[in-house]
Amino acid sequence: MCPPLLEQINSGSLFVGDGAMGTMLFAHGLQTGDCPEKWNLDHPKTLEEIARLYHQAGADIVSTNTFGGSALKLKQYGLGDRTEEINAAAVCAVRNAIGDEAYLSVSCGPCGQLIEPLGDVSEDAVFDSFLRQLRGATQTPVDLICVETMTDLSETKLAAKAAQTAAPGVPVAVTMTFDETPNGFYTMMGVSIVQAAQELSDAGVDIIGSNCGNGIENMIKIAHEFKACSSLPIMIQSNAGLPVLNGDRLTYPETPEFMADQCRELVELGVSIIGGCCGTTPEHIRAIRAMVDGRGVD
Amino acid sequence: MNILEELSQSLQRGVDKDVVAHTQKAIDSGLAVKQILDDGLIAGMSIVGERFKKHELFLPHVLLAAKAMYAGLDLLKPLMLKEGIPTLGKVVIGTVHGDLHDIGKNLVGIMLKGAGFEIIDLGKDVPAENFVEAAIAENAQVIGLSALLTTTMPTMKQVVDLATEQNVRDKFKIVIGGAPLSDEYAQEIGADAYCFDAVSAVDRVKQFVEN
Repeated sequence: MCPPLLEQINSGSLFVGDGAMGTMLFAHGLQTGDCPEKWNLDHPKTLEEIARLYHQAGADIVSTNTFGGSALKLKQYGLGDRTEEINAAAVCAVRNAIGDEAYLSVSCGPCGQLIEPLGDVSEDAVFDSFLRQLRGATQTPVDLICVETMTDLSETKLAAKAAQTAAPGVPVAVTMTFDETPNGFYTMMGVSIVQAAQELSDAGVDIIGSNCGNGIENMIKIAHEFKACSSLPIMIQSNAGLPVLNGDRLTYPETPEFMADQCRELVELGVSIIGGCCGTTPEHIRAIRAMVDGRGVD
Repeated sequence: MNILEELSQSLQRGVDKDVVAHTQKAIDSGLAVKQILDDGLIAGMSIVGERFKKHELFLPHVLLAAKAMYAGLDLLKPLMLKEGIPTLGKVVIGTVHGDLHDIGKNLVGIMLKGAGFEIIDLGKDVPAENFVEAAIAENAQVIGLSALLTTTMPTMKQVVDLATEQNVRDKFKIVIGGAPLSDEYAQEIGADAYCFDAVSAVDRVKQFVEN
């Protein structure tokens, strides 16, 4: 049994997260246009296998395949009425793989629609959509809820509130996605790092940080900025760069060795959770694990 | 401050009811429809676009301004039709097959409409042949393709290839946009341009239509 995650983080421990889910699903046969979260129902053994691969690579925290598991998102595939079941199945698959040997994190991504007055969907509808997802996911115990790849602060806060409502006592991490502009880092919706840190702290979020993005080098700058304006624990899960076309295949430029080497700076900075996002594989996690354990990058 | 300047400023603030009020005031004062459009609504939107490009404003602000622009255009449309003021051109847009992400595509549609284009929006998860068919049927000058997923990016090439196969590639320009895309990728698949964001999409489409 792992001791509570947040306690460990607050006493200074550093944890390694996992890498990309989408990349792994496609490697296991997911087709373009399929609903990735449907695999929780149809191919639970594959989900277990992916969780096991990340755990074996050295991830302390393993995520569920529920990035697009909100009711609004699933509705686009005609699966809105199966929201609870799809999220519950994802948690079971990861738990079967890792048991009590690692922490289980519920992934929660954007709902894919703009909230009024910018778009057509109401705040209530977005909150309900996240609440259904996270109630489904927390029918059995989980260690963390990670609201990720967010750009809109109001949507982010609705997701965080849904997490706190669905599972009081489970720590909530929020990581947003920032772009570099000549005036500093902002999300697509115009949220600065300082604003994110302040408002998420006010919303009672336990861990803050960034994921996705265009590579580890910018992520290091982002982590520095978070550290400078917040005392909350920081979580960083970077893409392995931006995808490039190699013949017919897309590849991500940053190698496990490169990323792990860069991640040293995150360790020195006191980041609490270091993992990967798009384009990162169990090999990336293995390299980061080795670096964190002081074994050097193989 | 004159009426059109007021209109432009209310649009820049993105307040629908103010834009409607000022547009009505401009119409009532007897100003030419084309002047209200160019020196009021479009002038305001251009400033919003410029400030967006300089990262002084962000997407929410641009969206609100574009929506306010719609509100003003609703009043001008009947008058534009009556006076026979043509639209700038027709653009077919959609998110490519396999991809259900449409926030970016919708934004480009709103901005193009605001700039004076007629938009044929095919929605999301659109098969390649539908883009080509619609562009031919509607006699559109430009096709705009959107994708968010790295896995659906390759589907964009199918649209270009299909247009080439059907010997209609010279009938329209093809522009692409979406988070994982780049100028290099547009060149690689033979598209005419990559547009970094909705504002640059409007710029590129205007260039293509004017030439």
